[in-house]
Amino acid sequence: MLVTGAARQLGGRFVRRVQRDPGVDRVIAVDAVTPEHRLGDAVFVRADIRRPAIARVLAEHSVDTVVHLDVSGKSLGAGGRTTVKETNVIGTMQLLGACQKSPTLQRFVVKSSTSVYGSAPRDPAVFTETTPPKSLPSGGFAKDAVEVEGYVRGFARRRPDVAVCVLRFANILGPEPDSPLADYLALPVLPTVLGYDPRLQFVHEDDVVDVLEIAAREPRRATLNSGTFNIAGDGVLLLSQCSRRLGRPTVPVLLPAVTWVGAALRAVGMTDFSPEQIRLLTHGRVVSTAQMRETLGFRPRYTTAETFAEFARGRGPGLLPPERMGRAVGRLAELPLPGGAVRGGGGAAHSTDGAR
Amino acid sequence: MADAKVLPFDDDRSRSGAGRRRGTQPGGGRQAPSAGGGAPVSALPGTQPHADPAGPEPGAQAPQGPPEGSGRGDWDRRIASGLAFLRRRVTGDYEVDEFGYDQELTDQVLMSLLRPLADTYFRVEVKGVENIPSEGGALIVSNHSGTLPLDGLMLQVAVHDHHPAGRHLRLLAADLVFMLPVVNELARKAGHTLACAEDAERLLERGEVVGVMPEGFKGLGKPFGDRYKLQRFGRGGFVSTALRAGVPIVPCSVVGAEEIYPMIGNSRTLARILGLPYFPVTPTFPWLGPLGAVPLPTKWTIQFGEPIPTDGFPPEAAEDPMLMFNLTDQVREQIQHTLYKLLVQRRSVFF
Repeated sequence: MLVTGAARQLGGRFVRRVQRDPGVDRVIAVDAVTPEHRLGDAVFVRADIRRPAIARVLAEHSVDTVVHLDVSGKSLGAGGRTTVKETNVIGTMQLLGACQKSPTLQRFVVKSSTSVYGSAPRDPAVFTETTPPKSLPSGGFAKDAVEVEGYVRGFARRRPDVAVCVLRFANILGPEPDSPLADYLALPVLPTVLGYDPRLQFVHEDDVVDVLEIAAREPRRATLNSGTFNIAGDGVLLLSQCSRRLGRPTVPVLLPAVTWVGAALRAVGMTDFSPEQIRLLTHGRVVSTAQMRETLGFRPRYTTAETFAEFARGRGPGLLPPERMGRAVGRLAELPLPGGAVRGGGGAAHSTDGAR
Repeated sequence: MADAKVLPFDDDRSRSGAGRRRGTQPGGGRQAPSAGGGAPVSALPGTQPHADPAGPEPGAQAPQGPPEGSGRGDWDRRIASGLAFLRRRVTGDYEVDEFGYDQELTDQVLMSLLRPLADTYFRVEVKGVENIPSEGGALIVSNHSGTLPLDGLMLQVAVHDHHPAGRHLRLLAADLVFMLPVVNELARKAGHTLACAEDAERLLERGEVVGVMPEGFKGLGKPFGDRYKLQRFGRGGFVSTALRAGVPIVPCSVVGAEEIYPMIGNSRTLARILGLPYFPVTPTFPWLGPLGAVPLPTKWTIQFGEPIPTDGFPPEAAEDPMLMFNLTDQVREQIQHTLYKLLVQRRSVFF
C-alpha cells in the first residue's frame, strides 16, 4: 500500500493505523518533505509526486493500493498557493499516470472535499453525490479538488479493473488543525458576513482515518467501497452556534467589505481567506451522507456537534467562554425585578418570602 | 353553486360575533372554539372577561391578593423559561436541522413576532385546517399575492397556531430570498428552503408539511387589477414531487393578501437596476417612503381545501406529463373556485 501526503498529520495517523491491519503487508509512505512524526514500520520514501520518479516507487514495491491524501488546502511549511495547487493537480496527474502503467494496482483511494459542490444561494439545501454544482468553484482549493476529481474519473474510465474511491470530506477538524477553516476558527474574533449564518458540517479526524481504512481494504459484505461518497458527521451547526460554543465574539462585516478584511488578514498572515472560503462562510454547505451509511457501510463515531466540541476543547476558551455567558444570564436572573420578587440563578429555586 | 350561496351568509353571521361560541358546522367550520376562539379580539384584553388560564394573567402584576401565589408562580415559570432560553442562546446550545431550521427560535421568537400581525392586524380566519394530515408529509399548494410574501408567513402562523397536532409548515421560497442578507438567515431559521425539487422531496420524505406557491413572482407581483386571478402554476413540478413522495396535495386559498399593497404600477427600470423581479408602485409606496410600506389592514381568510391523494398512482406516473398537467389544473381550479367562493362570502375588504 502506498500513502501520499504522509508528512501531514492525517497522513501520518493513517499510515500508523493501517500497519496494524493484517491484510496489509507493507506500507510505503511518500511525501516531498520528511515527516516530523514517526511512521512506525512504514517505509518512508522521500519523493515528490509531481515528478515521474513516483512511477518507479510504484513499480519497485509492486503496490496494489494507493491512498492519495496529498490533496489539501494548506501548504506544509514553506510555499504558497502555487505550490499547493501544483501538488494537488500536477501531483495527482503524475500519480495517476504512474498508476495507469502499474499492472499490480487494484485499488485507488483519493481524499477530496465537499467544496467541489461550491456554495451558492441557488443550490439545494443538501447536496447528494449526484448534485451538479450550480456554480463551479472559481479558484482556490475547491477548484483543485474539482480538477483532481476530473482526472480521477478519467483514470477510472481508462482502468476499469481498478476500484476507485473518491471520498468527499466535509470540513475536517481534529486536535491538530490543518485546514483554512480551523485557522479561521482560531481567530480571537471571528469576522462573519453580515446577514448570513452559514450551515457547516464537520468530520472528526478519527472518523477520517476510519473511513480511509474502510475504503483502502476489500469491501465488507453487503457494502461497496468504490465510487464517490460524502463523508460528514451527523447534524449541522450554524456559524453563530460555532462562535458561541467556542466563546469567540463575531464581527459582522458587509459582504463587499469582506474581501478587504480577508485580504488584510492574509497580509498579516493570520489566515487564508480565499474567495471560496468566503463563499462557504456566506452560504454554507450541507451534504447528504446516506450513501456513506448505506453503500459504504460507515457510521461516523462523532457527530458534527461532538467534533466541534472536541475541537473547542482543544482550542481553549475564547474571549467570551460559554460558561461565563451562562453565568451572566444567571446573574441577570438574580436582578430584582419590578414585580418585587427575587429569583435564584437557574430559575429552579425561587425565593418565596418576597411578598411578606 | 347553490352550496356556495348557502354557506356564505351563515359564515358571515358567525364571523361578526368573533368571540361567540358556535356549534360545529358540517364542512369548512372553524376548529374547536376553545383553542383559538377568543384570539381575534385579544387586541382589547380589558374587555375580555374570561381569562385564559395559561395566558398572561393581569392579576400577576398585583403584589398582593389571593391569586398572587399562582400568578407569581406563573410569572416565575415564564421568566425562568425565558432565562433558560436566553442561556441556551448565548451558549449556542441548541439544535438546527440540515436545512438550518431552528425550531426553538421559530416557536419562541419568530412566531411570537408574527402572531400579532396575523391575529390582530390581518385578523386571519383559518378554515379547514383539519385537511392537513396530523402526521406524515403533505404538500400545501397556495395562491400567492400581495407584493411582499406576507401570505406565506401568515400561512405558517396559521398552521402553527391552529393545527391540533402543532405541525410546522416548511415553506419553499424563491432563490431571491436566499440571496438577500438577513432575509436568508431568518428564512432558513424559520424553516424555509429553496424551492427546488431536491429540497421539497427531502422534506416530504422526512414527513414534513411543505408549503409551496407555484405562481411565484408572477402571482406575487401581479397588478391590482388582476387580483384573485390565478397565474400559471409554474411547470407543475410540485405535482410530480408530491407524486414521487406519495403525499397528499392540500389546496389552499388565501383571501385578503391581494389588497395589502394595491400594486397600481411596476417600475421596470428600477426593478432592473435593483435586480428585483418587479418594483411595486402603490398609492403610498414609494411616495411616502417607509411609511408607504405599511400594509393595509385587510381582513384575511385562509381556507385549506380537501386533500387530493396521490398515493393511488403508479410510480411511473410522475413521469407522465399529461397526468401532471391534469393534476396541476385540478389543483388550480380548486383553489380558484374556493377563492371565488370566499370572495362572495366576504362583506368588505377590511372587515
